[in-house]
Amino acid sequence: MKQQTKFTIGPLLVELVIYALLVTLYFFLVLYFLGGWIKQLFDQHKTVYAFVSLALIVGQGFLLEILTAVLMKRVRWR
Amino acid sequence: MNFLISGQHINPIYLAVTGFLIGIFGGFFGVGGSFLAGPALYAVGVPMNFVVGTDLAHIVGKSIVAAKKHRTLGNVDIKLGMVMVLGTIMGVETGAQGIEYFKRQANVNLVVGSVLTIVLVSISAFIFWEVWRTSEMQSRRKKKRKKEDESAFDHVPKAVWRIKLPPMIELPVSDIKKLSLWVIMFVSFIGGIFSGFLGGGAGYIRMPMLVYILGVPTHVAVGTDLFEVVISAGYGTVSHALKGNVDIMIALVMHTGAAIGAQIGALLTERFSGPRIRLAFAPLPLLGAALLVYNLFTRGELK
Repeated sequence: MKQQTKFTIGPLLVELVIYALLVTLYFFLVLYFLGGWIKQLFDQHKTVYAFVSLALIVGQGFLLEILTAVLMKRVRWR
Repeated sequence: MNFLISGQHINPIYLAVTGFLIGIFGGFFGVGGSFLAGPALYAVGVPMNFVVGTDLAHIVGKSIVAAKKHRTLGNVDIKLGMVMVLGTIMGVETGAQGIEYFKRQANVNLVVGSVLTIVLVSISAFIFWEVWRTSEMQSRRKKKRKKEDESAFDHVPKAVWRIKLPPMIELPVSDIKKLSLWVIMFVSFIGGIFSGFLGGGAGYIRMPMLVYILGVPTHVAVGTDLFEVVISAGYGTVSHALKGNVDIMIALVMHTGAAIGAQIGALLTERFSGPRIRLAFAPLPLLGAALLVYNLFTRGELK
C-alpha cells in the first residue's frame, strides 16, 4: 500500500540548496582531481573508463543524496 | 568550458539549465527525457555518437535521484521493478541487435521511423482519449465519491490479472493481488526493445503500459518506471562508454541541474491526481514522434 508522506516548503528548500551546493562541489572536485586521469582512461582503457563513468554519475546521484539527508537531519537536530 | 573527451567547447550554464528542465520532466512523468536532451546536445555541436552515450549517462544519475525521491513518497514498487529488470535488459539487447540488423537493410530508417512515429502518435491519441473518457465518467457521477486514481480502461488490467499463467506474483505496493510473471516480462521486454532501438529510457511507452496493461496506479507507475530507466540507461551507458561514446564530464555538468529538477518534478506529482498526470504526459510521445520525423528529414530519408 502506498505510504503517504507530506513535505513542507521550508525544509524542502533547505534540502534542495544543500544538495545543489554538493552536486556542484562534486563536479568541480572531479574536474580538478580526476579530470586528467579520466581523459587518460578514455584514451587508453575504455573498459575501466566505462565503469568509472557509471560510478561517477551514480555517486553524484546516490551518495550525495544520502549525504544531503544526513546533513538535513543535523540541521533539524540543531 | 572545454570538454576534452568529446573535444567540445560548451557553456556549462547551458548544460546545467537544460539538465534542470529535463530533470523536472523526468521526475514528474517518470521518463528519461532523451527526446529533449538529445536535440539540446546536438544543437551545441556535440557529435551524434556522444549525444546518445552522454545523454544515457546523465539519465542514469537523474533517474536515481528521482526514483529515490519517489521511493520516499511510496511511489516505487521495488518488487515489480526487480522482476522487470530481466525483461528490460533482454529487450534492450534485442532492440540494439535489431538496429544493427536493420542498418544493413535498404530504406530501413524510413520504414522503422514511420512505424515508430505512428506508434508514438497512437499512444498520445489513446491517452488523450482515455483521460477524456475518464473525466466524462467522473463528471457523470460527481455526487459519488471519486476514486483518487481511476481509468476508463480499468477493464483491460482486470482482464490481464485473470491470465493464470504461473508463476503468479503478488504486488502489494501496486494493489495487485495476482499477476502472471510472464505478463510483467512481456511489458518490460517491449519497453526494453524501444530503449535499445531508439536510445534513452523509453519511459514514454513503459509508463503507459504499466498503467493500462498491468493496472499499476499512475503515481507508482511513474516511480517504478524511473527505477527501470536507471537499469536500461545504466546498461546503455556502460555499452556506449566501451565504444567511446560517453563524455562523462558533460554528463556530470548536466546532472548538476537535472538532480535538482528531478527532485522538484518528483515532489510535484504529489500535487496532481493520476488522470491529470496522464493528461500532462500525453503530448510527450508526440514530441518523440516530431523528433523522429525531424531526424528522417535531416538524414535525407524523406527527401
